[in-house]
Amino acid sequence: MSLRIVVCVKYVPDATGDRHFADDLTVDRDDVDGLLSELDEYAVEQALQIADEADDAEITVLTVGPEDAKDALRKALSMGADKAVHVEDDDLHGTDVMGTSLVLAKAIEKTGYDLVICGMASTDGTMGVLPAILAERLGVPQVTLLSEVSVEDGAVKGRRDGDAASEQLEASLPAVVSVTDQSGEARYPSFKGIMAAKKKPVESLDLEDLEIDADEVGLEGSWTKVESATERPARTAGTIVKDEGEGGKQLAEFLAGQKFI
Amino acid sequence: MAEVLVYVDHVDGAVRKPTLELLTLARRIGEPVAVALGKGAEATAATLAEHGAVKVLTADAPEFADYLVVPKVDALQAAYDAVSPVAVLVPSSAEAKEIAARLAVRIGSGIITDAVDLEAGDEGPVATQAVFAASYTTKSRVSKGTPVITVKPNSAPVEAAPAAGTVEALSVSFGENATGTKVVARTPRESTGRPELTEAAIVVSGGRGVNGAENFHVIEELADSLGAAVGASRAAVDAGWYPHSNQVGQTGKSVSPQLYIASGISGAIQHRAGMQTSKTIVAINKDAEAPIFDLVDYGVVGDLFAVVPQLTEEVKTRKG
Repeated sequence: MSLRIVVCVKYVPDATGDRHFADDLTVDRDDVDGLLSELDEYAVEQALQIADEADDAEITVLTVGPEDAKDALRKALSMGADKAVHVEDDDLHGTDVMGTSLVLAKAIEKTGYDLVICGMASTDGTMGVLPAILAERLGVPQVTLLSEVSVEDGAVKGRRDGDAASEQLEASLPAVVSVTDQSGEARYPSFKGIMAAKKKPVESLDLEDLEIDADEVGLEGSWTKVESATERPARTAGTIVKDEGEGGKQLAEFLAGQKFI
Repeated sequence: MAEVLVYVDHVDGAVRKPTLELLTLARRIGEPVAVALGKGAEATAATLAEHGAVKVLTADAPEFADYLVVPKVDALQAAYDAVSPVAVLVPSSAEAKEIAARLAVRIGSGIITDAVDLEAGDEGPVATQAVFAASYTTKSRVSKGTPVITVKPNSAPVEAAPAAGTVEALSVSFGENATGTKVVARTPRESTGRPELTEAAIVVSGGRGVNGAENFHVIEELADSLGAAVGASRAAVDAGWYPHSNQVGQTGKSVSPQLYIASGISGAIQHRAGMQTSKTIVAINKDAEAPIFDLVDYGVVGDLFAVVPQLTEEVKTRKG
């Protein structure tokens, strides 16, 4: 039987751009270019490698986001994913992690899955907890923050490098996995891949398709409320000296003045 | 007085510093009740009591070490049910964040991660976060359920505040998902003898300019003279010069020390995201145009192989 892999991806504002908040304190998506979150490329890559090793596998890439989020799906399809699901609904604007995870979980169940693969965190919200929440919602094992991952005989195995120890983990499928940026460089889409992606199916779903009420998601339905967002004042210009042979001593003098030595 | 549940991060009974900082923040909201799990849980009580814990709920079982995350969620939920707290505070370690998030789903609560400050508010605790690579500061609160908030290291001072710290055994029954992910082997990280990167008061980091694993001793020697932790930029880690566990930046550790010394690091957004909230920032880079100099309190344009050893010698001399 075919191994059904669902990769969750996020369309994010470019981290190297000038990111802002909109008036309603959600992320401003108009004034900055969006793209597939870099950390999700690692998830797509591991899905492709797992699919290569399997006899038969199908990779669905899934996102929740506005119209432009299709760009993220297209990138993943051009890397080699087979099909895409885009959950898009005006009522989703301002949804936080609890709402997004609810939508993703319903869409994953509707799509059908043996393995869900996520990146370690988004590059905008950077919470890093969505994969754990998905596992909780789906009621399947959580095998997260892996630097190495493989699937054999209906089980997922991987290495999780934690602060205190490196752990070898194992769980039966179905399961939710997340992979770190140490899991292996993501491939660039080939010209052939980019052309092929244009013909791959992208299914659109809205909240009604997923039987989710509008008041469970969106800014109003959010489980958290941002009360203010203030641009951090630029750091006051510091002293910069050119090393003329005494740079280390000058630096020591500064550190001593600040009571660090 | 309202009780605040505090999840304890400890290693065989030795409480890690971020948990003591959490107790400081918890006392702004109510009376801290600590939850310590696993081997050595009861040994945490004395330290926790010194820093304000009125109660310490403890549980130990093989499941905590043998299976990933979920057994600890089951235990934290048992503590939540027993205490009915007004908030749940958890340190922002990778594992503890996952535990907090799963608890939040179960108790029907919103979650805020990586707070850098916390204060009491009319509608519940207000959390300060540094977002978009610390270019913005937000204030947020949980608007549904009991607030679950994870807090980054170095977000509050450790304060002595003696309290009873009464130890109570927590009764935990594990759910059917508790044994879903087995830890089949565990290799403890070798201790370098240096402070933990995220907890250190001073961090000395090296980047592309260090130009090879064999040169990192220059960074380590400066760190050791200052009693600092050693960090590395993504460029240095990707090149294989230093372990990923020491990476500072968006995909590594986020640090907020009193003093951050960046050597041979240009200061790309990826790196800034992990260190921009440091109190004092110092850089050494041969490129006067490097963006890191926009952040510094003091910068030296020069060759790090000349400046850093001279600084190390000077620190040693001054410290005698």
